Amino acid sequence: MPPANPAFHGYGLGLRREHYRQVLENDAELDFVEVISENFMVDGGQPRSILRQVREQRPVALHGVSMSIGSADGLDRDYLVRLKALVDEIDPLFVSDHLSWSRFASFNAHDLLPLPYTEEALEIVCANIDQAQDVLGRRILVENPSSYVAFADGAMSEWRFLEVMCARTGCDLLLDVNNIYVSARNHRFDPAAYLEGLPFDRVRQIHLAGHSQGLELLIDTHDAAVCDAVWRLYEEVVARVGSVATMIERDDAIPPLKDLLEELAVARAIGERSAAVRLRAAQ
Amino acid sequence: MKLAALQSDFHAWLTRGSASAADRLGAGPGLVVYQNNYRSQLVSALREALPLTLTWIGEEAFVGAAAGYIDRSPPSAWTLDAYAPGFAQALAEHFPGDPEVAELAWIETALAEAFVAADAEPLTPENLARVDWEQAQLQLPPSFRMRTVRTNAEAIWTALSSGASAPQARMLDALTGLIVWRRGFTCFLKAIDDIEAAAFDQIHANPSFSALCENLVGTLGEGRGLQASSAFLATLLQFGLLTSIEAPRADASPEGGSPTPQR
Repeated sequence: MPPANPAFHGYGLGLRREHYRQVLENDAELDFVEVISENFMVDGGQPRSILRQVREQRPVALHGVSMSIGSADGLDRDYLVRLKALVDEIDPLFVSDHLSWSRFASFNAHDLLPLPYTEEALEIVCANIDQAQDVLGRRILVENPSSYVAFADGAMSEWRFLEVMCARTGCDLLLDVNNIYVSARNHRFDPAAYLEGLPFDRVRQIHLAGHSQGLELLIDTHDAAVCDAVWRLYEEVVARVGSVATMIERDDAIPPLKDLLEELAVARAIGERSAAVRLRAAQ
Repeated sequence: MKLAALQSDFHAWLTRGSASAADRLGAGPGLVVYQNNYRSQLVSALREALPLTLTWIGEEAFVGAAAGYIDRSPPSAWTLDAYAPGFAQALAEHFPGDPEVAELAWIETALAEAFVAADAEPLTPENLARVDWEQAQLQLPPSFRMRTVRTNAEAIWTALSSGASAPQARMLDALTGLIVWRRGFTCFLKAIDDIEAAAFDQIHANPSFSALCENLVGTLGEGRGLQASSAFLATLLQFGLLTSIEAPRADASPEGGSPTPQR
C-alpha cells in the first residue's frame, strides 16, 4: 500500500480561472489551493504553465471529477496515465476524486452519478481505488457525494460504506460538509447520525460550498456562499476532526477573490476557536 | 440489481429518457435532476467551446443543434474538451445551406486544441546553419491544424473575435486553406495560398525537405518550384512553424550515424 497522506493544517480555495492572475500576483492568505485535475491533464500550453507557477508558491491539491471510481467495468487506463503524469510533475498535497461514477462502457456522463451502497458496489469501488493507488503510487482521498436519489437495494448507509472503503483500501476522505447537508435534507436523515458513523481519523481535507433549492430537492450547485446551517455542521465536524486542510469550493457565479477570502476567514475563525477549546480541555 | 445493470439503466435514462429504465432504477423524482444536469452540462460545455459560433447563429439555433447532437452522440471521452470538435463537424449536416457555420466552429475548436497542445520551441535561422538539406525532415508544431474552407469563415471569425460586426457569409471563389498553430502561449489563424497548402500536404505525407522540393518542382517547374520551396521554408521560420529538423549533421562522418534533432 502507498505511504500515508501527510497531515496538513491550513486554509485554501478551489482555484478557478477568474482568479489565476490575482493569486499569482498577490500575497493572498492561502495556505494551499485546489485545482480541478482534468483542466490540467493536457499536453502543454498556458494552463499547465500557470499551474507550475502556482505550485512554486504554495501547495496544490488535485481534485478530479472523471476518475469514475464506481464504474462497474473498471477505470480508464488512459485517464490514470495522464493523471499520473500530472501528479509526477506537480507533486500535489493530495489527489482526490468522488464516490460516484460517470463512465459506463463507452459512455461518459460528465456528472457525478450515484452509487447503490451494496456489498457488490463496495467491492468494485475498492478494486478501482486499489488500481488508482497502484498506478499513482499514492493514497487518494475520496469525497462523499451529494445525491438526489437513493436506491431501494442499498444495503448499508453511506457513512458505513465510506468506513469500510477506507479500511479495505487505505484511502482517506475528503469530507464535503455541504454534501452531507444536501444529502441529509434530500434523503431525510440526521446529519448527526452521519457524523457519528464517519471514520474521522481518515479525514484529510474538508470542502465547504453553497447549494440552491430546487423544486423538491436541494441541488449541490456550488454557486452561492456557505449557508448558516452548513457552517453549524462544520463546527461539529471540526470539533471531531481537529484541524485539517479546509477550503471553500465555488464553481459557478464566481465572486471576487476578496469575497471568497472573507468566507475562508470564517472557516479559519471556527477552526481556531475549536482548537482553543480543545487546548483548554487538554490542560 | 447488479451495478452494471444499474449503470446501463442510468445510461438509458440519461440519454434516451427511458421510462422502463427509470422504473427499474426505482429511485424516485431525483432522477430528473440527473437528467437535467447531464444535458445542461453538455450544452454549457459546447457554448463555452464555441462562443463565436453561438454569436453567429444565435441562441435558439445553437441550443437546438446542440440538443440534437447530444441525442445522437453522447460523450465518450473522459474530457469534455473532446466533445466540441464532433459538434463542429455535426454542424455541417445541421446547417447544410450555411457552410460557414461548421467552418467557423472548426476554427474555434482548432484554436482550443492548439491552446493546450504539446509545447514545442520554434527553430530560428541560426538553428539551420549546418543542416544537410538532402536529409532534412521538417517537423511542424504539435499544435498545427489545417483544413480547406469554402466560405469567408476566417473573416467572420476575425471580426467576431475582435468585437466588430461580422461580414455577410459568402462562398469563396475557390477552396482556401486555413492553418492554426500556437507559438509560445499565443494561437494563430492564417489563410494560406494553394502552393502553401500543397506544401503542407506534402510535409504531412512525407516530411522530407528534398521530397517537398521535388514535388514543387514537378508542379511548378524547376525555377519556380525551387523558389517556392525556399519561400515556404522562410514562411515556416517566420511564423514559428518549424520546430525540429531531423537530419545528420553536415560535418558528420560518412557513415552518418543516427539522425540528430536540431533544436
